[in-house]
Amino acid sequence: MVPISYYLALSAVLFGLGVVAFIFKRNIITIFMAIELMLNAVNLAFVAFSRALGQLQGQVFVFFVIVVAAAEAAVGLAIIIVIARNRGTLNVERVDSLKH
Amino acid sequence: MSLPLQDLCRVAPEIVLCAFAMLVMLLAPIVPRARHGILSTISVLGAGIALAATRFPAMYPGAAYSGLFRADAFSLFVHWIVCGAAFLVILGSTSYLQREDLDAGEFCALILLATAGMGIMAGAQELLTAFIGLEMSSIASYILASYKRDAPRSNEAGMKYFLLGSFATAFFLYGIALFFGASGSTRLDMMTPLANDSARTLLKMGLGFIFVGLAFKVAAAPFHLWAPDVYEGAPAPVTALLSTGPKAATFALALRILADVGAASPLWFWALWVAAVLSMFAGNLAALVQTSLKRMLAYSSVAHAGYILVALATAAATDHAEAGIAAALFYLVGYALVQLGAFLIVAQLGGPGERHVEIEDFAGVARRQPAMAACLSLFLLSLLGLPVTVGFLGKFYVFNAALESNLIWLAILLGLNSVIAAYYYLRVIVAMYMLREPEQEIAAEPVPWTLSLVLWIASMGTVYIGLFPARVIGFAAKAALNMR
Amino acid sequence: MMPAEYFLAHIWMIPLFPLAGAALMLLIGRRLPNRAVSAVCVGSVFLSMCFAFGAIWQLIARPAADRLVSFNLFDWVPAGAMHTNAGNLMDLHVPWGVLMDPLTAVMLLVVTGVGFLIHVYSIGYMGHEGGYYRFFGYMNLFMFSMLTLVLANNLLLLFVGWEGVGLCSYLLIGFYFLRKSASDAGKKAFIVNRIGDAGFLLGLFLMLGTLGTIQFTELGPAITAGHFEFGNGTLTAIALLLFVGATGKSAQLPLYVWLPDAMEGPTPVSALIHAATMVTAGVYMIARTNAVFSMAPRALEVVAVVGCVTSLFAATMGLVQNDIKRVLAYSTVSQLGYMFLACGVGAYTAGVFHLMAHAFFKALLFLGSGSVIHSLSGEQDMRKMGALWTKVPTTARTFVVASIAIAGIPPLAGFFSKDAILGHAFEHSPVLWLLGFITAGMTAFYMFRLVNMTFFGKSRVDHEVEHHIHESPSAMTVPLTILAALSVVGGWVGWPESLGGSDRFAQFLAPVMAQHGEETAAAASSINSMEYLLMALSVAIAAGGIWLAYRLYIQRPEMPEKIAASSGFLYRLLYRKYYMDEIYDAMFVNRTKDLALTLGAFDRNVIDGLGVDGSGWLTRFTSRVSMWWDSWIVDGLVNLAARVVWILSYPVRMLQTGRVSRYALFMLIGVLIFLGYYLRSSGFTLQNLLH
Repeated sequence: MVPISYYLALSAVLFGLGVVAFIFKRNIITIFMAIELMLNAVNLAFVAFSRALGQLQGQVFVFFVIVVAAAEAAVGLAIIIVIARNRGTLNVERVDSLKH
Repeated sequence: MSLPLQDLCRVAPEIVLCAFAMLVMLLAPIVPRARHGILSTISVLGAGIALAATRFPAMYPGAAYSGLFRADAFSLFVHWIVCGAAFLVILGSTSYLQREDLDAGEFCALILLATAGMGIMAGAQELLTAFIGLEMSSIASYILASYKRDAPRSNEAGMKYFLLGSFATAFFLYGIALFFGASGSTRLDMMTPLANDSARTLLKMGLGFIFVGLAFKVAAAPFHLWAPDVYEGAPAPVTALLSTGPKAATFALALRILADVGAASPLWFWALWVAAVLSMFAGNLAALVQTSLKRMLAYSSVAHAGYILVALATAAATDHAEAGIAAALFYLVGYALVQLGAFLIVAQLGGPGERHVEIEDFAGVARRQPAMAACLSLFLLSLLGLPVTVGFLGKFYVFNAALESNLIWLAILLGLNSVIAAYYYLRVIVAMYMLREPEQEIAAEPVPWTLSLVLWIASMGTVYIGLFPARVIGFAAKAALNMR
Repeated sequence: MMPAEYFLAHIWMIPLFPLAGAALMLLIGRRLPNRAVSAVCVGSVFLSMCFAFGAIWQLIARPAADRLVSFNLFDWVPAGAMHTNAGNLMDLHVPWGVLMDPLTAVMLLVVTGVGFLIHVYSIGYMGHEGGYYRFFGYMNLFMFSMLTLVLANNLLLLFVGWEGVGLCSYLLIGFYFLRKSASDAGKKAFIVNRIGDAGFLLGLFLMLGTLGTIQFTELGPAITAGHFEFGNGTLTAIALLLFVGATGKSAQLPLYVWLPDAMEGPTPVSALIHAATMVTAGVYMIARTNAVFSMAPRALEVVAVVGCVTSLFAATMGLVQNDIKRVLAYSTVSQLGYMFLACGVGAYTAGVFHLMAHAFFKALLFLGSGSVIHSLSGEQDMRKMGALWTKVPTTARTFVVASIAIAGIPPLAGFFSKDAILGHAFEHSPVLWLLGFITAGMTAFYMFRLVNMTFFGKSRVDHEVEHHIHESPSAMTVPLTILAALSVVGGWVGWPESLGGSDRFAQFLAPVMAQHGEETAAAASSINSMEYLLMALSVAIAAGGIWLAYRLYIQRPEMPEKIAASSGFLYRLLYRKYYMDEIYDAMFVNRTKDLALTLGAFDRNVIDGLGVDGSGWLTRFTSRVSMWWDSWIVDGLVNLAARVVWILSYPVRMLQTGRVSRYALFMLIGVLIFLGYYLRSSGFTLQNLLH
């Protein structure tokens, strides 16, 4: 059996990749994907813990997270479409009229 | 096991809010656009009934749904704040929606849903429930922030809030996962003894990530960077809601975690300390140089989050957390009243498209709109913490609690920051009363009665609680004791 | 038929009349005719005065040991359980309550009596001004705040009044708000007072934490019960912090700078707020908390020295001012210094006595100067006055009476009170006495310099003004006359025993300052002959000052300019007020402005650059560092504090680039620092987690 620490390490690495992608990518859609990656890393952690602790709870949590992520995606994509329409760009660096 | 009926009673306000939100959304396509005022009316009614429905959880206190949710004096108090805020914002924004030609139905429904989410956060006794509440309020807020679909600044605010909010949510969720891994449960009130060192480390990391998520939501430095941009770009009534309700609910959740999870206090104490100091300075120093009133208020709200964090640090520092918790709750009431009023005034005086929100645009407001100028001055003085206003007492209780817990430095820094803040608040009052009006004429729009009513409630509340705080602080103290 | 002690039972109503007046004025005053405004506002103060006098009468009717009325109206701040510094749990409730004892009675007498007269005077003085209702509304609001302050039975409620009078002072100084100097002066007063208030609040909290009470009547017992030794450090700290508050409100060194500028307000305001009542609040507060001060000898030393030095310092500045109201302003600062000197040497009674006498004659002086200014169509420069004795007879005569009173010539009020202070100062330390003594001479000199330049000598009045000169209306002259009478007889209540009197005033106040009264009584009898000598000396130096002023300004009017020319530096130093404003500007005000400007410049230059080009930023940063270094050496240490804040605020705005990625990066840094700290402290390693 694969020890739990392997799953956790994978989850941490995925989460870290999500964070790094969030910070270094310029396209809003890519940034959005980075968030999804982070959420999936969390899901992996939940499932791993659930199995290690011998409880089903953690697996149920994953469903909640997926549902919430879907809701976020719906709203997020709508906002991104509006941005694209009003500004003609998806480069996050260019969307910086509010500052200082 | 308690009866399901009692469980329903304990979440009655949330049920009312959701039911009205759905009703409004169903009616929105049927009611002709010209008569959307009726949707606002229904929503105001909904918020009012939700406020009244807090009577039910008050009658049947206790845990609901196998311990996921808890109705007690504490959650009741926070419910009043968030439902009251929703009530005032919906009422105060009806004229704004008409002026800006925005769809009232979705707007009100989203506010009601967000409020339901905040209510859930206030009563959550389990982390995933809290997460659902947080997301309910957040997702609705993302939409609200970008509600002016055609205004690029509003879009930008929505986008920033959405991206950074989701980013913080991911941290929060990761924290929950680690917490779950460490303790085998996400219930706050049923912490099992930890198995070993690595579990303890997991728990610490989990609580750390949870702290990050919460700190983001209350706009505490160093996680506050989104707040000034979002508050400035979002429609002013939305800003009024964002800077009050979600903050109250999130602080409530943080306090609940502090009270229930024994490991949280020592772990969070320094984080709270540092976040409080950073927030106070970041907010006040940046606010000093702002030219836009809306943005200045945004920074000032960061500073106020810092003041409340002082109270939280106090609650984390001692065995006698009650003083800190009560101070935080009292501060939240005063802050919500005043902040709401100030942003709604900005919404009104900003004129169509909120074009006149620079401080210099407020020159001579005292002559054009004396009543509005008086209200705004009162609110600013309360934010500044002058006696006879609720803001003074809020600061007084926080200060006192900090001294009592021997957090002398925190108290000193709080005092120092109040002095810094005086400068930029007074600047606005001086502009309104002493400067000449700008060259180009800014038309004085008549103040709609709905807004007048809201401002009356807010300013009367500011002064009344400022003079007779007995009942409010009494109930806050009761709520604080109730948490133990 | 009124029940017995009706007024004493209803003292809480005294502040309510002016409050109602103020509310009425500020709500609908704009629509009322001037006549109705004066009727309401002066009437409300009159009612207050009647109630106050009734209450004082009934208080005096009681036996001396029983002259204390204190009751709570309602529970105002029920804070609940708190821990005192000693670790005891206590139930903190701050009530909204009133206190009436001899000290309050004296203050009530001054505030309502003088306040009423000044209100009457204002009817005449403000008759031609715009904003009549606003003026009276603020004045009534001031009366409300001041009466709240005086009647409060705990320190927090006193603080409410304290802030209220501060607010009204700010509003009234800036009454002519279209004039930039007036609104600047208002701001200056407000900001300087905030510094003092911070001290006051800290003192209040510390008192609450240490003694567990802020009720005035419980202070003494709490100190006794707490077994504090004499000179206890915490009590000294409380006393000093409260004194910081007093220096702000009562314009003592180093926070006196706002008071001379406050003369930008209308003259009745100067008379009421900046001479007779508000500025004495600091003295009142110290007398009120004398239980604490008496246990803190070090703090009293500080009070005495600050008071004494302030009084000398302000008197020297008063010697050369040419603006009639500024002379009086410095005189006020100087006389307030006397009162603090009295408190500092433990002679609270003498301090309060001087407070009362000063209220009479200084109000009269201000009102008289207002009458002169009024008759000269707004001229305030004494170099453009002269020979007004016959043209404004009532004003001139009453003014001279007040000047004699303040100079300290017997048997007018100033003699008794000043003499009492100097007597006590001598017992305490001859050096303090000597400084006070010199100040007394200067006081006589500058007051009679003012009198001579204004009323005697040759007329230097502008020609077009000259034929408008007229005596003021009776609404103004009648209060002047009454105040003149009070300036003459007001001191007689404190006729000292050494001159065959019985010093009733001290006896009246004795219960409030119990421990102290006995000491002085004992001391007074022992040095009787010394006392005569001191009295003779102070009368002599006062006469000397008057004589010198006569010589210089009547007999040889060309002399002062010669003296000024020959002692150029000293004269300039005094005339420019020791460059205090310039120093404060350089040290604090301009540094704050620099901070704001630098932040703005920073914004444009560095922050925008940072996001685009890191290396360019770095170059600029290094050049900036070297530039700082230069200016730091050049500008000296003064800039240091501003620089520190500047550097501290730097990250705040640097972060706000408007870019989501950068925000996320900084959030991540926050997370890493936070986690790093805790994981390190709990001995975490990666190994540890994986196994």
